[in-house]
Amino acid sequence: MHDKQVRRRRAVLVLLVAVSLILLTAYFGESANSPLHNVQRGIVEVLSPIQEGASKALKPVRDVAGWFSDTLHAKSQRDQLLKENQSLRVQLAQAQAAEEENAQLRAEVKLDNSGTIGSYSRVTANVIGRDPSLWWITVEVDKGSEDGVKKDDPVIGYGALVGEVTTVDPTVSVVTLITDHAFAVTAQVQDGGSGDTGVLVPEVGNPNELILQYLRQNAPIQVGQEVVTAGFKSPGGNLNSLFPAAIPIGQVSNANQNTLINSQTVQVTPDADLRHLDVVQILTNPQAGNQQRAQVP
Amino acid sequence: MSDLKLVIRLVLLGVVTVVIQEAAISQITVFGVSADLTPLVVMSVGLLTGSLAGAITGFGIGLFVDMALVQTLGVTSLLYIAIGYWSGRLRELRDPANGLVPLAMGAAATAFAGLGMALIQFLLGVDAPVSFLLLQQIIITVLVNTLIALPVYALVRRIITPVLPQDPRRRRRRAYSTGGLSPLSRPSDRLGGTTRSARAQ
Repeated sequence: MHDKQVRRRRAVLVLLVAVSLILLTAYFGESANSPLHNVQRGIVEVLSPIQEGASKALKPVRDVAGWFSDTLHAKSQRDQLLKENQSLRVQLAQAQAAEEENAQLRAEVKLDNSGTIGSYSRVTANVIGRDPSLWWITVEVDKGSEDGVKKDDPVIGYGALVGEVTTVDPTVSVVTLITDHAFAVTAQVQDGGSGDTGVLVPEVGNPNELILQYLRQNAPIQVGQEVVTAGFKSPGGNLNSLFPAAIPIGQVSNANQNTLINSQTVQVTPDADLRHLDVVQILTNPQAGNQQRAQVP
Repeated sequence: MSDLKLVIRLVLLGVVTVVIQEAAISQITVFGVSADLTPLVVMSVGLLTGSLAGAITGFGIGLFVDMALVQTLGVTSLLYIAIGYWSGRLRELRDPANGLVPLAMGAAATAFAGLGMALIQFLLGVDAPVSFLLLQQIIITVLVNTLIALPVYALVRRIITPVLPQDPRRRRRRAYSTGGLSPLSRPSDRLGGTTRSARAQ
């Protein structure tokens, strides 16, 4: 009797491990439209109303926890924000002047707005779920293909890039954040003229840092400079960046000259608070902005 | 009938845990990390029901996590099978009575899940650079989960104990601790060889 129980227990254990390994192998080698991915999307779709309800119902719990955390850091944050505010006022005045000048020059040389953030329409979405693991940094939002969201659409929050849409269902989408280990985007440092470009990747295990790779060894990069999306476009238009140019991403937090010479990298701190996203904007339908602008007399 | 009730409760427990985890717990950060209820629930089920039910529950909750969070299928279930199985084996082999066992097992389960996930990710290939802070984050998650291990275990026990089949070993221990089966409590029974029912007759 005891032997039978032991054999049964071992058989079930081997079976479960085998099924897990088969699923892992099958999923890893499959394309995004494979049956397993479809089943997964179906389950996300079924769960999304429950998720949305639970997210709304549990918001007070999150708010209370957030209140304690915010109170602890309130004073230091206030001092920091006051300084930042002063600096931003100056930058805003300069940016407004530059924007006007830019618009005039664009009109003179008849440049279109495609590939810029202004050419996209924006879909505002609420975050209804979040992945707890340290590896897959994704959030689930309550807008999907019925709202015009498409796969690979850029997502912004707190005025900066936070990720891209990686799974779309009719009423819900999954956004992979810029700190996910599989994320990468071409980015440019606004270093006063040269605009050095590299590839921005996360530093796995450190959610507050990103790494800008493949820079020039003698790039004149300094701490505090803004990093934005590069938004490249190939001459034939066959290979375009998924992200429009000039979306703020973060600021250079460490630009050690030795590291720059040896590994051509600098560290970047994201502008957006990725741990506390409640609302995001999905940039979709790249030409919508142009059409809207064209209708304005 | 009791088995069916247990299965239903375990399924509901798994679904509710994953939904609450994703909708609320993951969005609350303590020392920069979020608590993770799922390994704690699998550990608790293993400790309460045994290795077989623990492994099956681990597989089910792990698969559901992978499905709901659009992750690579099979990764979390593989890790949680081990957590459920070994928690259950601990119960079957040692039958620990100490109230702090869930605390230690919660820490071990969370550490195993964190390190196991890192190992599998390295085996599958990681494109991005990996910081040593990952280890620090895993350790902080273990500490946070350890703090909530006891309440989670108590809640899971409250949910599934009413439908658990009676375990002879636990019944015997309970009876012994209350004096029911202690050879010292009734010397006359031991010496005379009579039982309560025999005396009643």
